[in-house]
Amino acid sequence: QDNRISIWSVGDLGNAGVNGEYQGEPQLLCDIRHNGDVMDMQFLDQERIVVASSTGTVTVFRHHQNNQTLSANHRWEKAHYHVDQDTSCGGAACTGVVCNNPEIVTVGEDGRINLFRADQKDAVRTIDNADSSTLHAVTFLRTTEILTVNSIGQLKIWDLRQQRNEPSQIFSLTGDRVPLHCVDRHPNQQHIVATGGQDGMLSIWDIRQGTIPVSLLNAHEAEMWEVHFHPSNPDHLFTCSEDGSLWHWDTSTDVSEKPSFLHQGGRSTTYFSHNTINHSVVSAWLSNDPTKDRMEITNLIPNQTLSVNSLDILGPCLVYGTDAEAIYVNRQLFA
Amino acid sequence: PSQVVPGADPSARQLCFAWGPAEVLVCETLFGRRGGSPSRARVRCVAGSGDGGQSSSRVFVVRKDQDIYIQTLRKLFNESHGIFIGLQRSEEELAGKSRKAQLVQVSKNYRSVIRACMEDMHQAAISARDPALQSQYSTQVSILSAMELIWNLCEILFVEAAAAGPLLLRLLDWVRLHICDVDNMVREVLSSENPSKHELFWNVVDVFVLQGRMDEARHLLSKEASANPTSVNMYKILDDLMKKMPMPSLGNTQTLTEMELKWQHWHEECQRYLQDGTFASNSHMESICKILLGDEDAILEKKELMTTWYHFLVTRLLYSHPTVKPMELRFYAQSSMDLFLGGESSPEPLDTILMAAFEFEMHQVIKECSIALSNWWFVAHLTDLLDHCKLLQSHNLYFGSNMREFLLLEYASGLFSHHSLWQLGVDYFDHCPEYGRVYLELHIERIPLNTEQKALKVLRICEQRQMHEQVRSICKIMAMKALRNNRLGSALSWSIRAKDAAFATLISDRFLKDYCERGCFSDLDLIDNLGPSMLLSDRLTFLGKYREFHRLYGEKRFSEAARLLLMLMTAHIAPCSFWMTLLTDALPLLEQREVVFSAEQTYELMRCLEDLTAQKSDKQKFQGEDVETVKVEMLRLALARNLARVIVKEGTLEGS
Repeated sequence: QDNRISIWSVGDLGNAGVNGEYQGEPQLLCDIRHNGDVMDMQFLDQERIVVASSTGTVTVFRHHQNNQTLSANHRWEKAHYHVDQDTSCGGAACTGVVCNNPEIVTVGEDGRINLFRADQKDAVRTIDNADSSTLHAVTFLRTTEILTVNSIGQLKIWDLRQQRNEPSQIFSLTGDRVPLHCVDRHPNQQHIVATGGQDGMLSIWDIRQGTIPVSLLNAHEAEMWEVHFHPSNPDHLFTCSEDGSLWHWDTSTDVSEKPSFLHQGGRSTTYFSHNTINHSVVSAWLSNDPTKDRMEITNLIPNQTLSVNSLDILGPCLVYGTDAEAIYVNRQLFA
Repeated sequence: PSQVVPGADPSARQLCFAWGPAEVLVCETLFGRRGGSPSRARVRCVAGSGDGGQSSSRVFVVRKDQDIYIQTLRKLFNESHGIFIGLQRSEEELAGKSRKAQLVQVSKNYRSVIRACMEDMHQAAISARDPALQSQYSTQVSILSAMELIWNLCEILFVEAAAAGPLLLRLLDWVRLHICDVDNMVREVLSSENPSKHELFWNVVDVFVLQGRMDEARHLLSKEASANPTSVNMYKILDDLMKKMPMPSLGNTQTLTEMELKWQHWHEECQRYLQDGTFASNSHMESICKILLGDEDAILEKKELMTTWYHFLVTRLLYSHPTVKPMELRFYAQSSMDLFLGGESSPEPLDTILMAAFEFEMHQVIKECSIALSNWWFVAHLTDLLDHCKLLQSHNLYFGSNMREFLLLEYASGLFSHHSLWQLGVDYFDHCPEYGRVYLELHIERIPLNTEQKALKVLRICEQRQMHEQVRSICKIMAMKALRNNRLGSALSWSIRAKDAAFATLISDRFLKDYCERGCFSDLDLIDNLGPSMLLSDRLTFLGKYREFHRLYGEKRFSEAARLLLMLMTAHIAPCSFWMTLLTDALPLLEQREVVFSAEQTYELMRCLEDLTAQKSDKQKFQGEDVETVKVEMLRLALARNLARVIVKEGTLEGS
């Protein structure tokens, strides 16, 4: 197996043609070998990337921008393992990683949560057997609290300040305990959390109240692999699935015009119009009745074949990768 | 062709082998042997740990299809998969021209993927440092180029089924696209300062004429004319002839007969000029005129500029039979090849394939390609396309499926031996109506599942196709792995997915065993949150309820706890082996200051105890376990005391 971490450049905006539609092919800048499947990765800062491997190793790579190379900066071997660290078949896949410089949190199939600090050799904290099932994803709730989802349909909050190895709160789905695969928190309103399940269902939770989701939206026909709120425009949510589709959920109900992503920080006209209709932005995700609140849902992939495994968004740019070994870049998401 | 497995010496040791899905394991046994036959397969050999000593044995992995491991070909496999699926899903109802146009587009898509791959391979060959790798890449480039050549010809003859007239134009395009040996020369001459003085000038003009690129030829000739005023007259005539040459048209602007007529006139005109000796003073121009007249010897003189017999064929047709009909091609093809090769060299595999195509022997083309190429990719996709054009008679092979299906099955099976490309194979099996499903069932169980995510993908594939056996089997494997790693929650999650009650029972027993040994539950987060999945198995239900009992007790809700405890025994939810534990759990409730159990309940408990001891005394008469007897005694005492209290309580006025 020859797995690699690669850095690509998708060209600069100066290349935009007449209609702004021309986009050059992404160029491969550099790559480096990786041992095992890449299960998850995230930028730690401008130069460093943390990668979670199926062998249970977590590696920090550094991208040297002056000569366009990648090098392995730091590695935590056997961050995730089964039973006995010394037995050879012990490695357990590390399924999720999240960063908040300089802290790195990883979770894995061994039900373990690790807290690392970027330059420290050993883990700062490890919660063994945090979960009796596989932890599929992790994200930060606040700087000291994390959210995890597992394969028996539970969403757990962990407070890292506390020394006890118990979650501070457990939420679970009503009905069948369908495994949850991904989790993301609303960028501005920290009590709104979205999770995606094995049956393709999107759940929105309000963690201030209750232990069950606020709304369940029947979305995909197969596992939902990733869910992301748009970081600067959180009325937009993106989900991708094993069934080969990528959905754009748009709750920016819009009377007058579509919210321009250039106006950020709550001073846009849409914000005000929401308030005048007596519809605070808060309720956009929470009081969900798709028919009432005019949520627009679009499938961004015309001919779907194989699974879309991962996606990411920044500004007007959407990137996603499929099982057909192809990466797609859409640089004009809101056009 | 047979090949020997390097390193395996059948004369020294007896070899044994075992078939795998796409590989053969060959292994040296302890026995010596004389003779033995070499194995036949293209080989990639991996020797085991043996250091060659007499005692150690080596294991060889012999793989038939190593092309799937070439990194640069992956794009070919992935993209063509997309095109294949698109073709299968495309509308069958479109008839006639629009359907044909659609199929031609599909063919063009396949070809552009081959070309893109060729480009990548070419780049890789240039940038490779290791000479062995470089030569491997270069070989691949030429193989891909040959594949595109053949496919292009098949597209013209079979998919598009070009008729007389357009046929020639297509063949001209085909030749122009694929004869690249002369490109360098052309570029060199065109970019020089004074092209007409270049030594290769006339070669380039000849190339243009041979390929029917009249405008370019005339352009170059005009440079010669301006440099050489004496031959202006000759040049003008030649230029005129070339300008007037009738060509078949793509649209409906003229019929074939019209064209033939015009061509006849033009041909006669050229003939006149030649015979008048107009070009006698310039041998180059004279030979060009002869070529225009279709003089075979003149054309053959330019062998090096044409490089291949099929170029010769097309040039010949252009200048002697421009309205050639598809069915007539075979005669010209055969004679062209004979004339061109002239008995010096024998046809190569590529030549045989092209000849078969010109003869419209589709099956022969496919057969030859299968033999010549190392991978099923080409024949599988081409045959599928031809089948969609309804060109292949359902030519049943002896084991029942037709040729298209056979090739697709072979190709997809090859994909399954790859750790990642197997996903493409699934869709190919889906479109093989007869054996696809069976093949898929057998292959999908053998994919190595090293992460849960991979297992989930495989499961989704099985579930979508209602392959319940495989779902159960895969879930069991994953659940056993989880159990062995002590991940009870994961194990439960897998058994819920498979709706496997037996396994859920196994897991619950494991929990209960842990409880009995340690006195407390592990993984409370799981047991407390079972939800509706509790109903999957009785044992699991018991586990959930039992934990609930503990919780109620902990919250001091004793009467509810008591009721639950009793229900567990009387409703037979609890396994018999656990009754003793449950009764022992009842003890503290019996000893409470407040009476918890009612008379009815106490009688029930007594009955349960008697049932239990009756069974036990049968089996363990001679084993006098002291602990057990003490426990039973204590229970009997507690029950009696409780009964006494409760009868009194229920007898008094407040109680009733």
